[in-house]
Amino acid sequence: MILLRALGLTLLFLMASLLPSNAAEADLRAIIAKFATGTGFSATEAVVRELAATGDPLVERPLAALAEGNLYIRKADSAVFVGNESGDSVELLDPLSGQKSAEAAKADITKIKVNNTLRRVIRDALGTLTLRAKDPAVRVAAAATMFKTPDAANIEPLDAAIAAETDANVKALFEQARAASVLVSDRPEADRLAAVALIGARGDRDALSLLTSVEANSQGAVKDAATAAIGSINSSLALWDAGQNIWYGISLGSVLLLAAIGLAITFGVMGVINMAHGEMVMLGAYTTFVVQQVIRTSFPGLFDWSLVIALPLAFLVAALVGLIIERGVIRFLYGRPLETLLATWGVSLILQQAVRSIFGPTNQEVGNPSWMSGSVDIGQLAVTWNRLWILVFALGVFAVLLYVMKRTPWGLQMRAVTANRRMAASMGIRAPWVDALTFALGSGIAGIAGVALSQIDNVSPNLGRGYIIDSFMVVVFGGVGNLWGTLVGAFSLGIVNKFLEPYAGAVLGKIVVLVLIILFIQKRPRGLFALKGRAVEA
Amino acid sequence: MRRNFSKITKMFSASVVAAGLLASAPARAADDTIKVGILHSLSGTMAISETTLKDAMLMLIEEQNAKGGLLGKKLEAVVVDPASNWPLFAEKARELISKDKVAAVFGCWTSVSRKSVLPVFSELDNILFYPVQYEGEESERNVFYTGAAPNQQAIPAVDYLMSEDGGSVKRWVLEGTDYVYPRTTNKILEAYLKAKGVAAEDIMVNYTPFGFSDWQTEVSAIKKFGSAGKKTAVVSTVNGDANVPFYKELGNQGIKAEDIPVMAFSVGEEELAGLDTAPLVGHLAAWNYFESVDTPENKKFIADWHKFIKNDKRTTNDPMEAHYIGFNMWVKAVEKAGTTDPDKVIDAMIGVSVPNLTGGYSTMMPNHHITKPVLIGEIQADGQFETVSQTSGLVMGDEWSDYLPDSKDLISDWRAPLSCGNFNVATGKCGGKGTN
Repeated sequence: MILLRALGLTLLFLMASLLPSNAAEADLRAIIAKFATGTGFSATEAVVRELAATGDPLVERPLAALAEGNLYIRKADSAVFVGNESGDSVELLDPLSGQKSAEAAKADITKIKVNNTLRRVIRDALGTLTLRAKDPAVRVAAAATMFKTPDAANIEPLDAAIAAETDANVKALFEQARAASVLVSDRPEADRLAAVALIGARGDRDALSLLTSVEANSQGAVKDAATAAIGSINSSLALWDAGQNIWYGISLGSVLLLAAIGLAITFGVMGVINMAHGEMVMLGAYTTFVVQQVIRTSFPGLFDWSLVIALPLAFLVAALVGLIIERGVIRFLYGRPLETLLATWGVSLILQQAVRSIFGPTNQEVGNPSWMSGSVDIGQLAVTWNRLWILVFALGVFAVLLYVMKRTPWGLQMRAVTANRRMAASMGIRAPWVDALTFALGSGIAGIAGVALSQIDNVSPNLGRGYIIDSFMVVVFGGVGNLWGTLVGAFSLGIVNKFLEPYAGAVLGKIVVLVLIILFIQKRPRGLFALKGRAVEA
Repeated sequence: MRRNFSKITKMFSASVVAAGLLASAPARAADDTIKVGILHSLSGTMAISETTLKDAMLMLIEEQNAKGGLLGKKLEAVVVDPASNWPLFAEKARELISKDKVAAVFGCWTSVSRKSVLPVFSELDNILFYPVQYEGEESERNVFYTGAAPNQQAIPAVDYLMSEDGGSVKRWVLEGTDYVYPRTTNKILEAYLKAKGVAAEDIMVNYTPFGFSDWQTEVSAIKKFGSAGKKTAVVSTVNGDANVPFYKELGNQGIKAEDIPVMAFSVGEEELAGLDTAPLVGHLAAWNYFESVDTPENKKFIADWHKFIKNDKRTTNDPMEAHYIGFNMWVKAVEKAGTTDPDKVIDAMIGVSVPNLTGGYSTMMPNHHITKPVLIGEIQADGQFETVSQTSGLVMGDEWSDYLPDSKDLISDWRAPLSCGNFNVATGKCGGKGTN
């Protein structure tokens, strides 16, 4: 309580030092009160413009709240508040000072509605107001909005901000925003030409968008300069586009690799046509969902760790189910591929329907931890964090699996049983157990793939269906029984797919890839990297 | 003794009557129920959307029985599972009509499942209520379309985007899943946009397969298309599961609703339930109903639904409202006809008017489509839609689009003298063909 009061006092002092006089604040309050009288978006927009026109930094709080949909009117007295929702009641804060002034039930207040147009207007208004904000990130955001919505009236505040700016990066952005505004003003041609050069040097899509409209709306030297700048931006963007396609291809490849790598064990190494492979991926994704549910209700602080916690659990769950399937069904069907195919298909339907009965048929929400949200710009290439992490993760899983197969005694036994079952059995290897554990390993790997895929796909009972065909394609293309083949197969399919997609469209692209694989398999029936040896021929 | 004897006879006769009652109870129950078929997939790809509709129908039937049933009889739901398998839809429909003798069927979601059951319904002469927004270009005697036709969803949505409130959009991306509904809708929209003076180079059409999950290329193409200096919007007919990764990619690549809004026709409260909606605030959807609509009817419907399904978190959506309207219309028509005989009910249906959940009345028109308001909503952080625009009156479903050359001369009127679903006004003949 004392703390709150102290906070309130400091806030008051701050306000007192910020405000030239109380009269200005009273004026602002009078304008804010107008939110309650007008109806419809255009009335709200007029009030927003009036608030923005005061140029007072105090209006940032109510405007930001409005953009977020947190500005409320109390029905009893038409007073306007910033609201903080918590359950059924809403904490009402003073729109200017941000101090808590009351609490109200949701039924007693109405939210001021905003739509996209209004959000744009507010964003533009805040852009001008936050040019001098303390946080450089806010200033960068302000520069970005002002660049996108150039206005001749912005030049003066931007000039002032450029003069006061100390951060070189922000300053450059301010200068670009100023150049954008110069282009829509009636400044002399020399200024405008300099502006075109500055924006052309920026070289991204926003610059291209701006220059395109400049080219359409101007004459003479400026038009020519804009055309030239557009040409050079376009040619540099074409290069970036190619780079982007490669990145998208690698990223798709990493998803394919994750989905297929478990299958590379069960189908590739063991030769079991496992149609329930996709359902193992789904079980992993549902494990992630359950883990996140528990974390949300009991340990909200651990949310960013949810995926790390889910990984071993997903492995265990899927491995256990895999073990049960192998011991219960598949071991009776070795050497009978058709029956295995049908039986595992049946198992996949059972698993799907079981999940549907337990969790319901609808999608479950699996959240992205903060380190997997958003993107980072590398030049003109937007790399999203979740894709980057999935790539790293897929390569990590691959490396671990390769180590297990090539460097551990268990891996040696696995390979021995695959190469020559009878010989291995005569050497004292318990072939049935190696089979069971190998199948469990493949299933477990599929389970951890599910943890990663829950970040980019739906978590629904149908999750596995979408991956089963692609997984088989990758394993067959890469060469059955060879892990490296799976790696190369996944990435080459991903990249080919993504290069075809912009030209042929997603549907045709997929068909073309399928046809190419069929032709390739005709030429090399054993895939890219065929295993050699006597056992393979048997 | 005599007294005793009479007591014994009394008891005896009473027990005989009781036994007789017991014995006849099941037989009478069978005679006294009206069977209603529910044909929604409970397994397979479409289970995600259709299971909810099955539950909604069971709730409506239970409520009607609590009110005393229909024509003095109880209603009995017959649920079958066509398992998202289109030919199986036709088989199950046949089973419902021939074996279970249902009075009407409520069902189907995808257009292909509807097309597969059409011959069965006209052959066996029964009634289908179809609750989902669809591409139009169809009007069958045995089908009542309670979902939206393109002019009740797609066209008003595009009008809103063109308006000043919607951002005066000049450039259009038509993004859809590759099947009949998006393809026909996009054909209609393309023709409509061109009629409104949009140049061909300002329209980009793209299709992706069902369940598509890698949207990187498509989203960056949208970004590229949007950087031509004109206000751009995406009109999305992407269906089902593919929506979640699509919106995730939009959020991750930083496409904000203020810059490039996405107007969706197949994304409802149910689809948003599996998503973190914070990055999607401001993206749009066009429907005839939102769970957030503030009317007493809707409040009651939601409360009943939560009670029935025993879960306060379950959302309601547009197709559920369509079933609510369709079921109440059927009840009213049966009462009007005094029988469940399909021929009489089909005739009685036209002109029946029942309250919808958005505070008005929906009426069955002679073309077997209904009148509905059109709402445009923006996605909110809590996964609900906030209505930002609403048509001033009710919009009548137009089955044959006026913007397609093949169907602009066709009309449908199932009333007595004409009784034709595809009458060509140019040639004056029944039997015109639309686009699909």
